[in-house]
Amino acid sequence: MRIPLSWLREFAAVPAGATAEDVMAELVKVGFEEEAVHRPTDTLQGPVVVGQVLSIVKEPQTNGKTINWCQVRVVPEGQEQALTGEGIDPSGVQGIICGAHNFVEGDKVVVTLPGAVLPGDFRISARKTYGHLSAGMIASVRELGIGEDHDGILVLSRIGLDPEIGTDAMELLGLYDQAAEINVTPDRGYAFSIRGVAREYAHATGTSFTDPASEVLAPAELSGGYGVKLNDDAPIYGKTGCDRFVARTVRGVDATRPTPAWMTSRLRLAGIRSISLPVDISNYVMLELGQPTHCYDLDKLSGDIVVRRAVPGEKITTLDAKERALDVEDLLITDGSGAIGIAGVMGGAATEVSDSTSNVLVEAAHFDEVSIGRSRRRHKLPSEASKRFERGVDWHVADIAAQRVVDLLVELADGIADQAGTDVGTAPDAVTIALPAGFAAQRIGIDFTEEQITTALVDLGAVVEESDGGWTVSAPSWRNDLETKEDLSEEIARLVGYENIPATLPVAPPGRGLTRVQQQRRRLIQALADAGLTEVLAYPFVSKAANDTFGVAEQGAARSAVKLANPISEEHGFLRTSILPGLIEVAKRNHSRGFRDLALFESGLVFLPSGTVGTPSIPPLGVKPSDEVLDALYDGVPDQPLYVAAVLTGHDSPAAANHTPRLWDWSDALDIARLAGDVLGVEIVVSQGAHQAFHPGRAAQLSLRTGEVVGYAGELHPKLLAAHDMPARSVALEFNADALFEAAADVIVARHISTFPVATQDVALVVPQEIPADQVLEALREGAGELLEDVALFDVYAGKGIEEGKKSLAFGLRFRATDRTLTADEASAARESAVALAAERFGAVQR
Amino acid sequence: MTETLPGAAIPNPTDEAAITAAVDQAIAAIAGAGSLDELKAVRLAHTGEKSPLSLANREIGGLPKDQKAVAGKLMGSSRGRVNKALADRTAELEAQNDARILLVETVDVTAAPRRRRAGARHPLSTLQDRVADIFVGMGWEIAEGPEVESEWFNFDALNFKPDHPAREMQDTFFVEPPEAHLVMRTHTSPVQVRSMLERELPIYVLCPGKVFRTDELDATHTPVFHQFEGLAIDKNLSMADLLGTLEHFTRQMFGDEASVRLRPNYFPFTEPSAELDIWHPGAKGGPRWIEWGGCGMVNPNVLRAAGIDPDIYSGFAFGMGIERALMFRNEVGDMRDMIEGDVRFSEHFGMEI
Repeated sequence: MRIPLSWLREFAAVPAGATAEDVMAELVKVGFEEEAVHRPTDTLQGPVVVGQVLSIVKEPQTNGKTINWCQVRVVPEGQEQALTGEGIDPSGVQGIICGAHNFVEGDKVVVTLPGAVLPGDFRISARKTYGHLSAGMIASVRELGIGEDHDGILVLSRIGLDPEIGTDAMELLGLYDQAAEINVTPDRGYAFSIRGVAREYAHATGTSFTDPASEVLAPAELSGGYGVKLNDDAPIYGKTGCDRFVARTVRGVDATRPTPAWMTSRLRLAGIRSISLPVDISNYVMLELGQPTHCYDLDKLSGDIVVRRAVPGEKITTLDAKERALDVEDLLITDGSGAIGIAGVMGGAATEVSDSTSNVLVEAAHFDEVSIGRSRRRHKLPSEASKRFERGVDWHVADIAAQRVVDLLVELADGIADQAGTDVGTAPDAVTIALPAGFAAQRIGIDFTEEQITTALVDLGAVVEESDGGWTVSAPSWRNDLETKEDLSEEIARLVGYENIPATLPVAPPGRGLTRVQQQRRRLIQALADAGLTEVLAYPFVSKAANDTFGVAEQGAARSAVKLANPISEEHGFLRTSILPGLIEVAKRNHSRGFRDLALFESGLVFLPSGTVGTPSIPPLGVKPSDEVLDALYDGVPDQPLYVAAVLTGHDSPAAANHTPRLWDWSDALDIARLAGDVLGVEIVVSQGAHQAFHPGRAAQLSLRTGEVVGYAGELHPKLLAAHDMPARSVALEFNADALFEAAADVIVARHISTFPVATQDVALVVPQEIPADQVLEALREGAGELLEDVALFDVYAGKGIEEGKKSLAFGLRFRATDRTLTADEASAARESAVALAAERFGAVQR
Repeated sequence: MTETLPGAAIPNPTDEAAITAAVDQAIAAIAGAGSLDELKAVRLAHTGEKSPLSLANREIGGLPKDQKAVAGKLMGSSRGRVNKALADRTAELEAQNDARILLVETVDVTAAPRRRRAGARHPLSTLQDRVADIFVGMGWEIAEGPEVESEWFNFDALNFKPDHPAREMQDTFFVEPPEAHLVMRTHTSPVQVRSMLERELPIYVLCPGKVFRTDELDATHTPVFHQFEGLAIDKNLSMADLLGTLEHFTRQMFGDEASVRLRPNYFPFTEPSAELDIWHPGAKGGPRWIEWGGCGMVNPNVLRAAGIDPDIYSGFAFGMGIERALMFRNEVGDMRDMIEGDVRFSEHFGMEI
């Protein structure tokens, strides 16, 4: 909301020298955030004066244009030019070159004299042009920054002005005024008006306030006016769409009269363009009182006005000349011809006022917030009117606003008001709230006095009556946001001032610290960073193709994923089922910036819908839903486990003197996955895997001991790398971190540490190529029995000396007993039994 | 090299002057040895079997009984002096030798390669942990929830009326189809509702996490960002308790000079509601007030939605942005730096914030 200061000053005690910044500094105290300052003088400086064109000499130019060499009087005849400076003619007559032709000798115009500065830092000075010394400029509205029209210069008579020559044109056009723009929160519809803001300014400063509504003399009753019927047969939430409709008629209006400069100036500062006098008046009254009104051309209306819901298939052409199909929920203003307006949103084209309008019907109605909001959304028609109706308008101000429009039409457009008028509808019950004494003090923490409480509420416009143990408060009719004692507490605190709230620190009951999963997650993330990986946070928005590639192992199996109804970009219209697509994008971005050696990781939720998605309806607010309903809400939310993924490209470290970096390879991906398992105390079982995003021969499936598959690791598929322009041999891993957290043991049982000597034995086994080393190792472990302390693979060999299709695996076995020193024979026996099991399972032959 | 000194006669082991001369000669030779090799030759010459002192010593056996004791004493002390000189010189020369060898092995330590890559945390993630730790230290607990959420938890339970403009101002991502009433949470407040439904009273929880709004990415906006929200539900809580909690937190975060200012505002889920500014003593360009979030006393309708009796319990809630904190605390000038994943951004922070 933009507040012209001159307007605010009419109703509130704004000091004469106050700036928009000063006003905003006051309003922010009562909850209106500062948005912007609108001040013409920030970009426009005088001297800018009224001049009269004495003579025009038309001088054709070689380029085909004709320019005007004008003599313009800028000081009343017989008076001295008081201004001095380069280019100011002491005679009071300036010679000016002008390219526009929409004016004649004798016209009064706006002259920007040498020394003036126009918007865009356009400095006016006397300059030689077209063979003359042009000392100033005859200005257009566009050059003055007060309009878009640049067809020609501003002729003052055409906007109804005939000022004395030499008058300060900036004063004349209201250009010394300024506006404060504040943010109005959606609960405070009343503050979309000078009336509301002036009251708030008074609250903020503790000064006086005049209600603009009290300045208007409206008849106590209206009758005999235009026929209006309120006929809502489908109220929303049981609230009738229109509960008041005031209609007034004014005849003999001259709609072509210019809008006075003071009014256009205020409208402009408030951000509203001048259209025509009747429309400007309607907008002016809306800004002043917060009540949107509409002017119809009375002669284009036929039959009674009926406010009703649309019927199926009904259409309307709105003021913006667009035909709109109406919904049966749309509330309409209709007459005998059909729809003539979407209530509270936009009027119809057929009945709008035009230059030829002479008789006007003024509508000031009160509509249901929800109904207007829905129509506005449905037709995507945000308007100044709908903005106010949606947030709530004072039911009691409708007749006053109508009267104000009528008064202005009479005063400015030469109309004659009909005595008869229409006012139909029923006032809503006043909201009364019981406010127990002490409630506000308890909720706010300030020990309010009774006087502070009642003064604040009365200042708001509420009626306060003492009642048993507190007060009964009738909320003001313009404050539809005040419904509960909590609402009143806020108002009391707001008016007394939030700065008076003391600070006390409540002590929470003994806490339990981070949960186990929270600790596990922290440890995992920190371990990956400590291991040399860089944490990044990518967006979860991905393409369907990315989900289908990374989110599911088998090729061609489409991933079921969450689709967004309104994504930022259609290309990334799905939520991720894998962290990898985002990581790959990040890797590519780093590559393009010259960083090829990367180790990136991210931990984040993935979205895995299964079964029911959402709920067909949701329960109402303010009530705890039943357990069944809550369960349905919980069940409808897709699974969102925490996944961790990493992508490694290029080398493991920067090249340096005496150091040759190593290229990351598939085994690094496995190593990191196993490290993640180690820091969580969970064994990750690796097996040869198949995943369409990975190299078919260099992918590992990651599982838990239970067999549950938790992820994949290895080299990314060469085709995928090529398609993404990623370095060859880039590797990646991804796993379900939640599954790992869950698999971690609650308690680690200590192992006895034997101090008896170790006996080590190596064994080399020849097995077929396709037998995984891990499985041979497992067989050795099993076969060796409990004397085996550890077994490790230390060499893999194939080639000379080994049969084609076979490989030699060398293992080191470490034996130790808990109760004695092992003899060589005991260790050898254990080794033999280990080898025997490997032989039995895989045909392993000892070399 | 010879085993005996040229031309030396065997000294008489009772001749103190001759023996002393032989000792002095030996000590001089030991001192003059410039290397361990030279010293080895000196040792052979002066303590070897055919050295004058050894030969003289051998003579003792043939001496008359009355002279044996005198000669034995003389020879013992003489040979002791020589042996000590030898040992001292050996240690000296060995030390010199060691020093010379190690000197040759000198390297340029400034040319050492970095083999280990230092990893890094994302500063948003580090800062989130920092915030959580402060509240855990106050006895609060950390609550979390899903990012795709039922519309009821995100809006209705928080007293957003179905048709209220406030609901639209959230710029919500809806899940397809919209009739399923699923959204990407626009704030972490649904976690507050879940906490109220699932936890025992009183409740003091902090809810950090990712939230989503349909803003295009630019220098100051991002469709995905991080928040932390606090919720306290207890008997007799007031706005003063809210203010005290916020002040304690901001002082842990920004130093003892930090403070909090509340300004009236509107949120459907709190009444009264306030905008929260913090006085940031370390702000770039000097201390100033910085808008950081919203807060207020929990609206009774929110408590009712969770089955909590607002006549017995009251509560306060607050919410702040992590990105914004990173912007004013660590002087990150452009939101995009936090989103794009440029390794220079995270690596500059390392594990710290």
